Amino acid sequence: MAYAAGVDVGSTQTKAVVIDEHRNIVGRSLIDTGANVVKAAESSFVAALAQGGIDEEEVEYVIGTGYGRYRVTFGNSQITEISCHGRGAVHLFPETRTVVDMGGQDTKAISVNAQGEIVDFCMNDKCAAGTGRFLGAAAAALDIPLDRLGPVSLQSRKPIKITTTCTVFAESEVLAWIGKGKKIEDILWGVHKSIAARSAGLMRRVGIDSEITFSGGVSRNVGMVKALEERLEQPLNISEECHFMGAMGAALFALDHVEAGRAPVTRTAEARS
Amino acid sequence: MTTLEDTNDLIGRGNREGAALFREWFAELGQTAAAGGQAAYVFVMGSTNEILKTFDLPVVFPEITSLQTAVRRVAHELLDEAEDYGYSPDICGYVKADVAVQLRGGKHPMGQLPSPTISVLTNACNTYIKWGEIWERMYGTPMFTIDVPGTRQAGTQTFSGNSDFEADRRYVETQLGELISLCENVTGKSFDIDKFREVLGHANTMSRCWNRVLELNAARPALFNAVTDGTIFLGVANAFRGTEAGALYFERLVEELEYKAANNIGQTIEEKYRLLFVGVPCYPIFRRFNELFSEWGGTFVNSTYLWFASGGTNRGFQYDLADPLASLAEGMLLSVRDAMDSMFYQDVAVAEMAKDFNIDGVIYHPIKSCRTVSTGLADGRRQMTKDLDIPSLFIESDMMDRRVVSEAQMKNRIDAFFEGLATRRQHAAVATSGSQGR
Repeated sequence: MAYAAGVDVGSTQTKAVVIDEHRNIVGRSLIDTGANVVKAAESSFVAALAQGGIDEEEVEYVIGTGYGRYRVTFGNSQITEISCHGRGAVHLFPETRTVVDMGGQDTKAISVNAQGEIVDFCMNDKCAAGTGRFLGAAAAALDIPLDRLGPVSLQSRKPIKITTTCTVFAESEVLAWIGKGKKIEDILWGVHKSIAARSAGLMRRVGIDSEITFSGGVSRNVGMVKALEERLEQPLNISEECHFMGAMGAALFALDHVEAGRAPVTRTAEARS
Repeated sequence: MTTLEDTNDLIGRGNREGAALFREWFAELGQTAAAGGQAAYVFVMGSTNEILKTFDLPVVFPEITSLQTAVRRVAHELLDEAEDYGYSPDICGYVKADVAVQLRGGKHPMGQLPSPTISVLTNACNTYIKWGEIWERMYGTPMFTIDVPGTRQAGTQTFSGNSDFEADRRYVETQLGELISLCENVTGKSFDIDKFREVLGHANTMSRCWNRVLELNAARPALFNAVTDGTIFLGVANAFRGTEAGALYFERLVEELEYKAANNIGQTIEEKYRLLFVGVPCYPIFRRFNELFSEWGGTFVNSTYLWFASGGTNRGFQYDLADPLASLAEGMLLSVRDAMDSMFYQDVAVAEMAKDFNIDGVIYHPIKSCRTVSTGLADGRRQMTKDLDIPSLFIESDMMDRRVVSEAQMKNRIDAFFEGLATRRQHAAVATSGSQGR
C-alpha cells in the first residue's frame, strides 16, 4: 500500500494527515505549533504515523503547507495552504465552490472549481481583524476557555453590537460592555457576528457560488458556524475533518506525486536534521 | 561590427548610466542648496519641466526623492518624524517623508535638497495640491496649479481638430503663459523662446525613445523588468526631461534594447510567466518584492506605472517646434490626460497591454498611502476578469510604509497565485496534446 502525507504548520496549530492510495485518512494529528516550528512539524507527522500504525518509510511523498511549510524539513515539496484548503474542501464536499478558512492569524476566502483548483482568493490584510486571534482576545477578556466560546454565545438573547474588528481594541470594547452590565453570552454573540460580517465580505469579494465549506480551527466553534450561516443565509459544509483541511489537501497533492511516479526514491534522515 | 567588448559594455548600460545620472541630479541639487540657489518642486504628472528647464531652474521631484528614502530603507524614520510632528498615519507616505526631509533642513539620504522657490502642480492628483500648500505654509513658496481637463465628460475623449479639444488646449495654453510670467518674476530672467524650442526638441527625443523602449519589451523574452529596471528609466525620464543628457540617455537605451531584441537577450532569469504590474511598486522591499515573483520565473513586462509616472509621455507625443507653446499645451493635455486615464480607464490600458505583451497574469498592487492610484483597482480588476481570460492577483501593501508590508503574507498570496498559473498551464498543455492526438 502506498501512502502520502500532508503537514500543515499553522501559526497556532500544526496538523498532519496520512492517506492511503484510496484517499482514505489512515492517521492524523493535531498539536500546538509553539516556538519550535521544525519540531512541531516532525512531532505532528510522527504522531499521525503512530495513529495509523505506519512506518515512515511507507510514506512515499510528503508536502508541507501553512506558514511554516518551508520548515517541514523532511517534506518533499511545499504548497500554499490556499491551494491545499481548496483541494481538501472539494475532496470532502465535491459541490464546494467557496471555501472560508478561519485560522489563528488569518481568514481566507477561496473560490474553487470542480477540481478543487483555485479560481480566486482573498484574505484579511496585515492585521488579525476578524480571525481566530480576535476570538482569542475576547476569550481572554472574558476569562472563558476557547472551546466554550461558541456554546456560550449561542445562549444569547439580546446580542450586543461589537463595532471594532481590531483584535487589540476588541478586548477593551468587551471590557467596556462588561462594565455596562451586559451578559457575557450577549457580548460573545456580538463578537461572533462581527467576525462573520467581515468574513462574509471576504467571501463576497471572491464570489459565493453553490456550496460553502468552512475549514480551519475556528470551524469547530459552533457559534461561528451559526453566525456565518445566518449572515450568508445558507448552510455551511462542516465536518470533523475541516480542521485538518489544509493537511488533507496537501496529502492529496502528495498522492498525485506518488501516482505520477514523480516521487524521489527516499527521504533521508539527513534531510530532517 | 559590434565586438564582445562593446557588447559587454552595451548590456546593462541603461541601468548603469541611469544610476549615474541620478547621482548627478542629486549632486546638482546639493550644489544648488549649498549656494542658496533657486529650485522648482514639481510632480511626475505634468511636471512642466520643459518650461522650468528653459529658465535653468533645477527641479526636485518630491515623489522621487521620497520613494528613494524607502528604497534606501530609511523611510520609516522619516514617517515617524512626520507623525511625531502631527501628521496622521493615513496621510500619503510620500508627503510625510518630504515633510520630514524639509523639517531636517532638506537633508536627504542622497544629499542636500534645496528649498522650493516655486512649486508647479496639476490637478492629476489631489494630494499634489495639498502638498504644495504645505511648502507655501513652510516657506511662503508660490504654488502654481495647472488645471488639466480630464476625459470624464460623459466618458468622451476628444482629440486635435475637435472644437472641445481646441478649447481645452487653449485653456491649458493660457495657464502655461501665466506660469511663464511667474517664472520670469521669480527668476528675474526673460523667457527665451529659442531655448524653449531646444528643450522641447530634447523632450521630443525622450518621448519618442520612451515609447520605443516600452514597445520593445513586447519581445520574448522581455528585455527588461518593468518594475525594477523600469523604475530607473522612469527616474531619468522625469528628472532629465527636456535636457540633452536625458535625450542622449534614451537614445543609448534604445540602442541597447534594440541590440538585445535583435540578439534575443532577455534578463538573467528564465522567463516562465509574463506579468503586468498595475499600481505603484512596493518600495520598502523593492528588490525582495520582485524576487517573490522572479523565484517562480515571473517577470514584469509592462506596468501602468510606466505610463502614469512618466506623466503620460509613453505615448510619444511630438511637440511642434514651429508653434511651441500651443504644442506644449496640446502635449500636456494629452499626456496628463493619458496618465490619469491609465488609472481611471485602466481596463482599457490593461486590455491593450495584455494583448500586445502576451500577458500570463496581472498583478494589482493597491497601496495604503495613495487613494488616487488605488481606489479604482478593485473595479479595474473586476472588469478585466470579465473581459479577459487572464488570472490576476490583488495584493495590498504600501509604497513607503513598511509597517503595513507583511512579506510573509505577501509571499503566501504570490505563491498561491503561481500555483494557480502552473495548474492552468498544465491544463492548457494537456488540452493541446489532446487536440493534437485527435
